[in-house]
Amino acid sequence: MSVFWSEVHEYLPFLLSGAEVTLQLSFISMAGGMILGFLTATGRLSGSRLIRWPLEAYVEIWRDTPLIVQLLLIYFSLPELGIILPAFWAGALGLTLNLSAYLSEVYRAAIQAVDEGQKSAAISLGMSPLQIYRRLIIPQAFVASLPTQGGYFIALLKDCSLVSFISVNELLRHATIVISNTFDSMNTYLMVALIYFIMSFTSARCVSWLERKLTPSRHTKGGVANVMPEAVEGITP
Amino acid sequence: MTTAAPVLTLQQVYKSYGSHAVLRGVDLTVLQGEALFIIGPSGGGKSTLLRCINFLERPEAGSITFLNQKLCQHYRSHFEIAPEKQLRQARARMPMVFQQFNLFSHQTTLENVMEALLTVKKLHKDQAVILARHALDRVQMLQKQNNYPHQLSGGQKQRVAIARALAMEPPVILFDEPTSALDPELVSGVQSIIRDLSAQGLTLLTVTHDQAFVQSTAHKVCFYADGHIVESGPPEQIYNTPRTERVRQFVHSVSARHH
Ligand SMILES: Nc1ncnc2c1ncn2[C@@H]1O[C@H](COP(=O)(O)OP(=O)(O)OP(=O)(O)O)[C@@H](O)[C@H]1O
Ligand SMILES: [Mg+2]
Repeated sequence: MSVFWSEVHEYLPFLLSGAEVTLQLSFISMAGGMILGFLTATGRLSGSRLIRWPLEAYVEIWRDTPLIVQLLLIYFSLPELGIILPAFWAGALGLTLNLSAYLSEVYRAAIQAVDEGQKSAAISLGMSPLQIYRRLIIPQAFVASLPTQGGYFIALLKDCSLVSFISVNELLRHATIVISNTFDSMNTYLMVALIYFIMSFTSARCVSWLERKLTPSRHTKGGVANVMPEAVEGITP
Repeated sequence: MTTAAPVLTLQQVYKSYGSHAVLRGVDLTVLQGEALFIIGPSGGGKSTLLRCINFLERPEAGSITFLNQKLCQHYRSHFEIAPEKQLRQARARMPMVFQQFNLFSHQTTLENVMEALLTVKKLHKDQAVILARHALDRVQMLQKQNNYPHQLSGGQKQRVAIARALAMEPPVILFDEPTSALDPELVSGVQSIIRDLSAQGLTLLTVTHDQAFVQSTAHKVCFYADGHIVESGPPEQIYNTPRTERVRQFVHSVSARHH
């Protein structure tokens, strides 16, 4: 029997504590990415070119450079400018900013896909643009983009493994440590894969459940995924 | 009808899309309690006219007076449109019912009807529920108050859309082809509701291609073509003794289609 399995009572909890960090990082980055992505989308759809143009540049920059480079820059190069972040928060910041760029595109497409007829009806009843945005557009766009957002969350869970490069003690980094002790990469990585699978699979189920709960129509499927075919590719560089 | 006050007056209203002049000087007066119907050939700009009246589209010239308020006018050779806030208040008092219903798809029937009561009229929720239920009852849709739009038939959707407008207790409702998207067997139900509302004194401005509906409901008919009102009068005049050749031809062609 391999060392990994004979000492599994020691190594498995260690791996799981890494998985816990991965989950923390994912939830924090997802929440941050959603908020920032929503603000970015709203800004880009607002009239002013002065707001729109820098946001477009922001989105392009984060989407057109590899995530790993972004993480390395934040962790190793920001300190040169006097901004020193602990590894965990550097990772969370990098993932948040990167994700916000992608999510802002998802939200923008979903917001633009809201039915014009319903907007006209709201206007014709005397609702203000802000009321229409809050009460009609955001609720519909959010639900329509749920499947795509879920896809990004799962991609994010897996992309968290990249922050092991900046020494965040998450799942993959713990795996590396286990392997240096056991020299059993095969079983360790299989266990890591299994843990990732369980986390991703559970998340996917949760998203479907949420989607079913929030969508009044059980027949409309896909939502914004149809509008934006490139959307579910994930944020992996 | 006794001499009623005008609710809505349009004078020389213009609207174009790019180089395509759609409305080319529309004059129109809708009186209190009147059921005014606009008929005319397809693609002429009847929807555009209704959309300009409640400023879903911005007219480019002319004046629109609604309940003694100028919503747009010429002032010292400037064309002015009232501030957005005033337009919103006016819209809430002349809501529009659309061909495609346009119910809010994420809300139940009751929530659809309550929405503008809460956000525009800023009523308390309890009061909004009461008024919304009352409006749904008037269109016989109370039993569907907790259903979502996708669970309703076309006729039911349109009745909810009418309730949504009615709940605002508006002096006038604009209807843009309210039964054109309905299956034939659902048309008469919706039309009879509109007829009942008119009988109860509601002022309506309706665009339709259904001549039987016009003849059964209208107090006054305006024939619209080529960017303006060509002829208007009581339905008997328009359908039996039209004064212009244009209307004679139109009436002839639509009656030929139906027989
Ligand atoms: N947003 C728009 N942009 C450009 N052109 C438009 C727009 N809306 C309408 N038009 C054009 O204006 C003209 C009038 O359209 P409108 O929908 O008002 O006609 P209508 O009389 O209601 O027709 P129908 O009887 O078929 O409903 C058409 O030629 C249409 O193509
Ligand atoms: Mg039309």
